[in-house]
Parts: sequence; structure tokens; C-alpha cells
Amino acid sequence: MAVLSMVEAIRSTLELEMARDERVMVLGEDVGRSGGVFRATDGLQARFGAERVVDMPVAEAAIVGASIGLASAGMVPVAELQFLGFAYQAYHQIAGQLGRMRSRANGRFGIQVTVRAPYGGGVRAPELHSDAFESVLAHCPGLKVVAPATAADAKGLLATAIRDPDPVMYLEPLKGYRLVRDEVPEGEHLVPFGRARVARPGTDVTVVAWSAMVGVAEEAAAAAAGDGISVEVLDLRTLVPLDVAALGEAVARTGRAVVLEEAPQTAGFGAEVVATIQEEAFLSLEAPIRRVSGYDTPIPMPAMEDDYVPDLRRALAAIRETARY
Amino acid sequence: MAEPLRIIAPDGSQVGEPPAGLGDGELHSMLRLMLLGRRIDQKAISLQRRGKLGTYAPLSGQEAASVGSVFAIDRASDWVVPQYREQLAMLHMGLRLSTYLLQRMGHPAGAEIPADANLYPQQVALAAHLPHAVGLAWGFQLTGRDAMVLTYFGDGASSEGDFHEACNLAGIRGAPVVFVCQNNGWAISTPWSIQSAAETIAGRADGYGMPGVLVDGNDVLATYEVTRKARERALAGEGPTLIEAVTTRLGAHTTADDPTRYVSPEQVEAARALDPIARFTAWLRATDRWDDEAEALAVKWCDGEIERAVEEFDATPKPRHGAFFDDVYAEEPERLRRQRERFHADRAELEEG
Repeated sequence: MAVLSMVEAIRSTLELEMARDERVMVLGEDVGRSGGVFRATDGLQARFGAERVVDMPVAEAAIVGASIGLASAGMVPVAELQFLGFAYQAYHQIAGQLGRMRSRANGRFGIQVTVRAPYGGGVRAPELHSDAFESVLAHCPGLKVVAPATAADAKGLLATAIRDPDPVMYLEPLKGYRLVRDEVPEGEHLVPFGRARVARPGTDVTVVAWSAMVGVAEEAAAAAAGDGISVEVLDLRTLVPLDVAALGEAVARTGRAVVLEEAPQTAGFGAEVVATIQEEAFLSLEAPIRRVSGYDTPIPMPAMEDDYVPDLRRALAAIRETARY
Repeated sequence: MAEPLRIIAPDGSQVGEPPAGLGDGELHSMLRLMLLGRRIDQKAISLQRRGKLGTYAPLSGQEAASVGSVFAIDRASDWVVPQYREQLAMLHMGLRLSTYLLQRMGHPAGAEIPADANLYPQQVALAAHLPHAVGLAWGFQLTGRDAMVLTYFGDGASSEGDFHEACNLAGIRGAPVVFVCQNNGWAISTPWSIQSAAETIAGRADGYGMPGVLVDGNDVLATYEVTRKARERALAGEGPTLIEAVTTRLGAHTTADDPTRYVSPEQVEAARALDPIARFTAWLRATDRWDDEAEALAVKWCDGEIERAVEEFDATPKPRHGAFFDDVYAEEPERLRRQRERFHADRAELEEG
């Protein structure tokens, strides 16, 4: 196994899937000649040509909307939105169209499309670039929502997404693109949807996280160990489908849970996690479930984002409070 | 303003060269379908008034724009991506009339598009289907299919961002797609004069690197001819065309709308004078292609089609409870399966009373 950064895992998986299936194509802004602003598609156009790795006009709705039509024609588009914040300009195609085509015609038009988009703070990106609104996407029936935290999962979940007969929103942690590095299996590697991963075993408190917050959870867990608190970190990996059983089982083991997320708190996906835990493991709960999240403000400009994005200190404080409750 | 292309004048007189490829059989089929459209409106509005149909968008006045364009493509290989006032194009592509009526009452059977019909589901979000049409046509290029896409929208939809993004992309890719704008002059109550400061929609084509064609959309032969040429262009690899079919809405926007609030009696009168069916019939009669007997047979055929469709409609059982759980995903996620089971358990309890 080779140690790869997350962005390299994504790039090499795109290459593998394109080599494996000639219907797979990549389209997005700057994905071809420049290889993507984060180099996630570097070298693909040189290998597969400009017909299959397509530089698109700056038109997010057309990138998603055309992918729907391309899929109906038998292609397997992997669309890149340069930043998830730009998906606001494609939201009507994502929520109103992409996830509904299958049911709109009683199953005749399945849309095998993956939409990749990086998101989250911590990289000093301009306004709108860092927005985390995965909960909005998870609220759209017909879509699947995937948010890997490791390079190995980035590979396994992306391969599964591309081969999935339904549309998948594949969210990549901006901050983790180069910082996250781990061992990635070579060749075929598929991670099934709807299976959470225990990133760190523990017995006292379960911290639920996904995407970039898994790393924060792991740091906080290591720090809490110094206080004698044994923290389990559960990485959801996919928000839709949600591993309901794993949430229930984890909290049944520990009786205490903290949910970590970057998005504004109100109606964030963390609220869904909290509701699910109390449905599945109410009688096991020894403490209120704590949420550590962003605030109900626009995600602030870069000079202020460190105060906004949940960090080790805030996560650790919540773990301690929950453990002692 | 540029004059729209015309072959038959509103009074039925011939002012241009009729398309060479159309035989009498096809001309008759076109008129029959137009007559059917007018009668579908009457039936559907009456069903709606009796509470049997939901909101209905009548097509009266736009028969020629829909029929002329769709007859110009090859329905065995080409595709139609419709908005919601293209009943006649959808029927021509293979949608059953009873299916259409069921759709208007929101019955799931109304979403059934026959497997051999090259037809996308009708689009309710204005212009949202235009990028799909471009993607589909682009996909035909990539997969080497000798086929094109005909897509429809209205003057109101031309203000949507999706219209711009779709046309721009189609131009870049040289996609084999023909955009037909049915400009009936009204977006519900909003007239073209305050929809846009532009004289025409066709004039925007320049900005997308494609030809724009202005045609009298109430002239079925002219609409056929410009669409035929645009299709030929598309299949020859010469790219997309934007057709603006200038037409008239004789009725309301939908059964939920009261046009007397914003359309003057003079405007109604002016629209009636442009009736596409009267015009086509007059031309067919003047060229000895149509007579009272043919008219009587056509009306009988229309009545038969509608009667059969309404019978099928009436004979369709109510939707199965929970049918909305079907076909959301190819494989139902665990959580959705649990919701469906809970739904059915609730239903069972309710029925046991």
C-alpha cells in the first residue's frame, strides 16, 4: 500500500475508473488543461482526451444539468463543482432535478452521476468558498451524500459513487486535500455506502463526525485519553444512506455522545444525528447529546474562520462535560 | 421586427413554398393531431371542472407550433425533451393519451413513458430541462449516435438562467439540439413587452454562436420546414439552432388562471384571427387535400381517441398507498425501507379502524 494524500487518492481513483469504464467522463471548470484548481484531475485530459475530460464554461447549473442528459445518453459523468459554495448556483438542478429523475418517470431514467465538490473551512478561502451545507443536500430525496475523511475512504467511496446507479454528491474536505495522508489500497478498492467506520475505539464517549471533523475528533480523543477519558470516534463516511445501526450500537456501548460538525448549528446534519441516536439508543443515554458546530452566521471571512470552525479545544471541552455529566 | 417565416397566411392563402417531403397522408395526420389537441383541451377542462383532473395547461392556439416541429424529426431515433404544453408532441412520440390525463391528476401511472418512446418526462420547472436536452444531445455525439434532440420552452422560460447556460453550452459543444421556443406572448399574465426589452428571442442566438430562426408558429408548414432544416443541420454536425415560433394562447395559462383579468377582448379577437387550425384547414381545402368527408372522419377519429383514453383513465384504479416510495433509488436505503414499513403498518392500523 502506498501513502497518498487525499487529493492524490481522488485523482488516481478517477484515472482508474476512467480506464475501467469508457463511459466515465469528467467535466467541470478548469478540470482539463489545468488539471483542476486543486489538481484533482491532473493528467487526466492528457491520458483520456478532451472529449472525456471536459473544460466547461463557468456555469454550474449547466454542469449538473448537462450531466443529467449525458447520463440519459449512456455516459457516466463525474462533474466537479470547484467549491461547494458554487453549488448554490446549481441548487435548482441538484435538488429539483438530479435526485428526482428516477421517480419522475417511474424508474425509467436512473441518473448515474457523481458530483464532486470540496468544502469546509480552514484554508483561508474567500467568501462562499468554504460553505458547509451538506445537510441541505441530505434533505433532497433521491441523492446520496458522501463525505470521506481519509485518503483510503476517498478512493473507496469515490469508486463506489461512480459505479452507483443513483446520483451521488461526493464532498471532499478542502482542508484535508493535502494534510490528510494515509495508506491507500492499490487496485480495486470499494467502500460500501451506509457503513460508518470506527476511526478510534473507546468506551466512555462516542464522538460522531464526518469529513474534516474526523481529524479534529481524533485529536480531541487523544487529548482526552490524557484525562483518563476513553473516546470512540465514529466516522459516518456517508450521510445518505446513514448507518443508523452503527449510531445506535455505538451509543449503546458508551451511553454518551458528542456530534462534531462545521456547518451552522440550526438544522445542520448534526441535528439529524442527535435525533437518530435518541430514537435508536434512548435508554442507553447517560447524558444529553452535545453538538459542537459552527454558529448560525454566514461562515466568516478567512481572518475570522479559526474562531468559527470547531477545533480541538471546543471538542475536548464538550467531551469532558459529557463524560462528567 | 423581422418578419417570421410564413408559408400559409392567416387567411389560408399560400405565400411560400410548401415542404417537398410532406405527402397528403402526413399532412392529414398533422391536421388530425391538431384537431385532437383542441378537443383534448375541451375534455380536460371539463374533467377538471368536475374535479377529476388537477390543474390543466391548455394548448389551444399552439397546435401548429407543437405539431409542425415534432413531425419534422424521426421519432424512431430522435428525442423530445418537453416542457408542459407539448401534449401533442408527447403524444406523437408515443405517450398514451390516458397516461397524459392520469398525469394531470397526479396519478403515478401518469409518469409511465413507454420504453420505446424517445421522450423525457415533461418538465415543470421552467427551462430546467434545457441543460438536460443539451447533455442528451452531447451524449449522442460522444456515443456516436446519429440522432438529435428537440426541446421546447416558452417565452417566460427564456428569462431563466438555465436557458442561457443551456444555449451557451450547446453552442460550445456544437450539440445536435434544436431549441423551439413557443412564444405565445404571455407568461401567465406577463406580456412579452415586460418580459424582455429584446424584440425577439431568436435574436439572442447570435450570442450563443448559433442561428436563430423566427417562424410563424401558427403556420404548421413553416414550423415544420424550419425544424426540418435545423434537424438536418444538427445531424450534419453543424450544431444547434434556436427557433422562435411566434404563436398564440387562445385560452388561459392553466385552469387555475383567469385571463379576463389581463387580456382584453380585442386581444382575444386578434388571437382568434390567427387560429392555426382554421388556417391549415383552409389551405388543405384550397389545394384539394381536404373536404367535409375528411373532416367528419377526422372528428370521428378524435372522438374515438378521447373516448378510449377517458375509458382507460376511468378504469385505472386509485394509486396504491405508498407508491411514492417506489423508484426513489435503484436500491432502497435501509432508512427509507424502515419508513416504508412504518407507513404500511400505520395504514394497516388505520384500515383495521
